[in-house]
Amino acid sequence: MAGFVFNFDIMAPMMRARDMVPITLMEAMEKNPNIMYWVADGVTRGSIGADMQEKWPDRVMDTGIAEADLVGAAAGAALSGKICVCQTFSCFMTMRATDQILLDVAYNETPVCLIGTHGGVTSGGGPTHNAMQDIAVMRDMPNMTVVVAADANQCVLALKDFLNNPRPMFIRIPQGDEPLVYATDDYGFEVGKSVTMVDGDDITVIGTGCGALYAKNAAEELAKEGIHVRAIDMHTIKPLDVEVIIKAAKETGKIITVEDHEKSCGLGSSVANVLAENGLGIRFKKLGIPDEFAKLGYAAEIHGYYGYDTAGIIKVVKEML
Amino acid sequence: MSVDMQLVKELENKATDIRKMMIDYVQHVGVAHLGGPLSCLDVSVALYYHYMNWEPKDFKAPGRDRFILSKGHNADLLYNIFCDMGLFSKEEIYSEYNHLNGRFGQHPNRFYLPMFEVSAGSLGHGLPLATGYAVGARASGDNYRVFCMTGDGELDEGSNWEALMFAAKQQLGNLILIVDKNQIMGTGFTEVVMPLLSLEDKFRSFGWDVLTVKDGNDMIQVCEALEQLPERNCQSKKKPLAIIFNTIKGYGVSYMENTPSWHLGSVDDEKAVEAYASIESHRKYGKE
Repeated sequence: MAGFVFNFDIMAPMMRARDMVPITLMEAMEKNPNIMYWVADGVTRGSIGADMQEKWPDRVMDTGIAEADLVGAAAGAALSGKICVCQTFSCFMTMRATDQILLDVAYNETPVCLIGTHGGVTSGGGPTHNAMQDIAVMRDMPNMTVVVAADANQCVLALKDFLNNPRPMFIRIPQGDEPLVYATDDYGFEVGKSVTMVDGDDITVIGTGCGALYAKNAAEELAKEGIHVRAIDMHTIKPLDVEVIIKAAKETGKIITVEDHEKSCGLGSSVANVLAENGLGIRFKKLGIPDEFAKLGYAAEIHGYYGYDTAGIIKVVKEML
Repeated sequence: MSVDMQLVKELENKATDIRKMMIDYVQHVGVAHLGGPLSCLDVSVALYYHYMNWEPKDFKAPGRDRFILSKGHNADLLYNIFCDMGLFSKEEIYSEYNHLNGRFGQHPNRFYLPMFEVSAGSLGHGLPLATGYAVGARASGDNYRVFCMTGDGELDEGSNWEALMFAAKQQLGNLILIVDKNQIMGTGFTEVVMPLLSLEDKFRSFGWDVLTVKDGNDMIQVCEALEQLPERNCQSKKKPLAIIFNTIKGYGVSYMENTPSWHLGSVDDEKAVEAYASIESHRKYGKE
């Protein structure tokens, strides 16, 4: 087998979110000398990052395998007046450097964008490399905006939002080679406002990250059987698009959430909070990783095993109708 | 190295005044950090009143030297220094200290009190922040120096050693680490709780220049060390400088000295009288 290819269940056009970050940043750094790029052992020889480091040795920083320093030092540079974008594995950034993110970024309100790569189980590296708690930790921090990008285009749109309005922000992206959920980037992306990808009144499926793609695929498949699913891409976990959740609960009466994350404290529980606090006692189901360390393997296989891929959603929708 | 004795006298007199203010302060606010503030008081006074390019009238001046307080519990000291400099009154501190709508917490918040460069308190944060600050200054072409003050106990935190490596790699000649080596941490002596062994050897092996001040509570020795501070040049690519000040926790108040339990405490009227007399008796070069 010549190299590994992600086995997503539909093959849409692909773009690597991880590559789109430096491409977007490079353009922005040309225009704004205050932007800095911080990575932890993240400049691969021959990559765009390497070109950037050669071009701007004082503005592209690699702290080595040292996430506390990555985040702390980026926050320090931000205090000096810089706009900082940090990028590394989400599991290492959000777990190892939680304290620096909470205090140096969120509490000190420094303009630092934390880009967590390999979100969920997409690294394929097993529980040491899975980011299963990153949304949980990040959504619990005051002052923090939390975006879980559904595809590379959306990651770029979120990053541009940060560059236009620098503030503490976390953008979670998958490993790479993920299909595009949106054919173009002109669908009116706005941080804090969800996207209704498919409309329907029978049931609502709210996904985030790759969960958005699965939700959309499931809605399209079920439409062929006359089941009208409302598929919502909840790309921003914080601030949460509360109105859309309330509206969906009232209009469809059933909600399923889908996330590549432990399901006790991520998108699903964010949505559950809204339902409970608004007295909306509807049928509700969370799909994601249960309270266990995920099985070994590549993402598509794990998503299927735990039933939060397209087929898993279709099954649960039929059970709930 | 010769130092200006007039300056030494002035700074020591100021340090003595601030020590006395600390006693009045703790009597009014009830409980405050005392051991640590008293140990690094002399170098803090020398930096703020003379060696740093920092003016209280213009504490947000773009070219000011930056002081990143990593041992956030020393806010208790800086409140008194800033008060002495006229940035706020004693009454303001005493009425607002650790109250719901007050600006003065046990640890500093930079939004409530913008003369603090960072909101601090959790240990092991200052040095990574300071290194990044120095990197940012260089990238912007800003010729100020970045000072970071840590305790010695907090050097147990691994984040410091990540930052030490990064600062050496970046050759941050605009970064100065000030270590208040009072040898006591929250519950006991550093060499018992977690031996640091030779900080000099550790820092040197991490690629830093090191100066050691044998008695960091002696104003002549404090000034001798600070006379060797690097110039204000952000492009200066050389080893960053660590200055280790060997100090006595609780210095100046005999019954607090070298006693771990005085990390945080309160002082009654009788103890206050004793403290004032002790502080006065520690004066070496100042008022007759």
